[in-house]
Amino acid sequence: MLGFLKRLWATIRRPSVHYSLGFLTMGGFVMGIVFWGGFNTALELTNTETFCTSCHEMRDNVYAELKTTIHYTNRSGVRATCPDCHVPHDWTNKIARKMQASKEVWGKIFGTISTREKFLDKRLELAQHEWARLEANDSLECRNCHSDESMDITRQSARAADFHQRLLFTGEKTCIDCHKGIAHQLPDMGQASLLIGAGSAQEVSSYLDR
Amino acid sequence: MKRKLSLVAALVLAVAGSAMAQTSIATLRGGTPLNTESEPPAMAKEINSDLRQVRNYPEQPPLIPHKIDGYQIDLNANKCLSCHSRAAVEISQAPMISITHFMNRDNQFLASVTPRRYFCNQCHVVQTDARPLVENGFVDIDQVLDYVKNNQGSSD
Ligand code: HEC
Ligand code: HEC
Ligand code: HEC
Ligand code: HEC
Ligand code: HEC
Ligand code: HEC
Repeated sequence: MLGFLKRLWATIRRPSVHYSLGFLTMGGFVMGIVFWGGFNTALELTNTETFCTSCHEMRDNVYAELKTTIHYTNRSGVRATCPDCHVPHDWTNKIARKMQASKEVWGKIFGTISTREKFLDKRLELAQHEWARLEANDSLECRNCHSDESMDITRQSARAADFHQRLLFTGEKTCIDCHKGIAHQLPDMGQASLLIGAGSAQEVSSYLDR
Repeated sequence: MKRKLSLVAALVLAVAGSAMAQTSIATLRGGTPLNTESEPPAMAKEINSDLRQVRNYPEQPPLIPHKIDGYQIDLNANKCLSCHSRAAVEISQAPMISITHFMNRDNQFLASVTPRRYFCNQCHVVQTDARPLVENGFVDIDQVLDYVKNNQGSSD
């Protein structure tokens, strides 16, 4: 083994006899682009709703519910798809998220949510992961489409304007604190149901533990 | 024989009745024949004024002055309570569900909303800007009292 590595190292170190340095540099450069591009394309492919809903776990539960909400059809005709809310657009976050996603492939193999019953049992835990994530990034995905700077509260209902002015613009709360369950049905919240209006992920968890 | 006659009479009545109904009762179909689809009326908008509405009598469950699209009320969660529960009103600044919402059928006060009042939409509803199909002749107690006062002595 050590001998093999030594020989390999020698080969790599030996100057090339047949190809010019320029050619090799260019070659490396081109291959780099090809691999990077391929990686990118693979990410793009897995970043579509078609991909997400190719698994029945995602299609039969969360996707079916999304269809009745404002993020699927509305008067403006602008749609939010799964990756809009669930995978950060930022490149570095994207990779980190994909690494976490390999846990999902694991889940598929071991079928953690392969039936409706299993999904309902696990739903609260999955939702809590999402709430914690959105709370930690100050609802980044929501803000990719909705920005509080462009929000004209004079055009909102008095109730919405009051909440946004009092608690959003002051930085006291973030979108997900108040807008849980806008895209899918809520899991069994127990007593925390009393707080979903504005409870932080931590507050909700502490209620759930009671 | 008698039975036969009454049967014929009933039939005649039924046919006449339905003929009359056709001319006098406006249906949702309008004049559209059965084999074609009628144009549905435009959907009415929910009233979302955030202004509390009058209560027509003291026991009336107040009307909901805001829209409730997509508000989940089921075994899992109750969106209304996220603003109207005792614990939530400080943040929401919404009116708290009154004490009657905590009372069970023996008038005992429970720690949180009584199961009898969990499904809010049984009693509280939103209004739309739809034109009423029939005139509403309801008068409230103040008008009744006025009427009685103005007509006192004229009848017994
Ligand atoms: C291979 C089938 C499959 C595909 C494709 C898939 N999922 Fe999942 N997803 C799962 C399974 C299984 C779980 C449950 C994992 C577990 O048990 O922790 C899950 C869990 C989740 C969760 C909960 C996350 C958490 O942290 O608990 C979210 C959000 C999610 N998926 C979104 C997506 C999105 C967005 C896509 C498309 C980019 C997608 N999924 C594609 C099978 C899939
Ligand atoms: C408008 C943003 C939005 C869109 C679009 C969206 N989700 Fe979600 N999703 C959320 C939020 C927020 C949660 C956290 C739980 C909650 O509040 O309902 C969540 C939770 C989940 C969960 C965890 C289980 C649960 O129900 O809580 C899964 C799995 C999931 N989403 C998958 C998907 C898939 C697949 C799609 C596309 C078909 C999708 N989501 C589209 C916002 C969105
Ligand atoms: C892909 C862009 C996109 C993303 C991402 C997105 N939204 Fe939306 N959202 C929309 C559009 C479009 C509408 C509908 C606008 C209309 O026609 O009124 C909407 C509507 C809403 C409404 C109004 C609901 C109503 O009944 O009027 C809320 C609340 C909302 N979004 C919250 C969120 C939250 C919270 C998130 C993050 C979890 C989020 N959105 C993510 C595009 C998006
Ligand atoms: C403190 C709680 C709170 C926070 C934080 C909050 N909202 Fe809202 N939002 C509300 C309430 C309450 C309403 C009105 C009731 C409803 O739509 O259910 C509302 C309504 C809306 C509407 C519809 C406006 C209308 O006129 O109907 C949109 C869009 C919206 N919010 C987006 C967001 C986004 C995006 C964020 C984060 C940047 C956010 N909200 C943060 C409480 C909040
Ligand atoms: C986001 C917070 C919020 C949610 C969720 C909410 N409400 Fe309200 N509600 C309010 C506020 C604030 C008021 C005070 C008037 C206004 O601003 O609209 C109110 C007023 C009312 C009133 C009128 C009270 C009176 O004395 O006239 C009723 C009834 C009511 N809500 C019922 C409901 C029901 C039923 C639901 C669930 C389907 C619900 N609300 C969900 C915030 C909320
Ligand atoms: C069985 C019918 C019924 C149900 C179910 C019910 N309510 Fe009421 N509600 C009433 C009546 C009647 C009143 C007015 C008299 C009173 O306060 O008891 C009222 C009053 C209210 C008020 C005004 C309180 C005040 O002090 O101004 C609010 C807010 C309210 N209800 C919210 C709710 C919510 C939220 C739910 C669901 C959790 C709900 N109600 C379920 C009948 C009901």
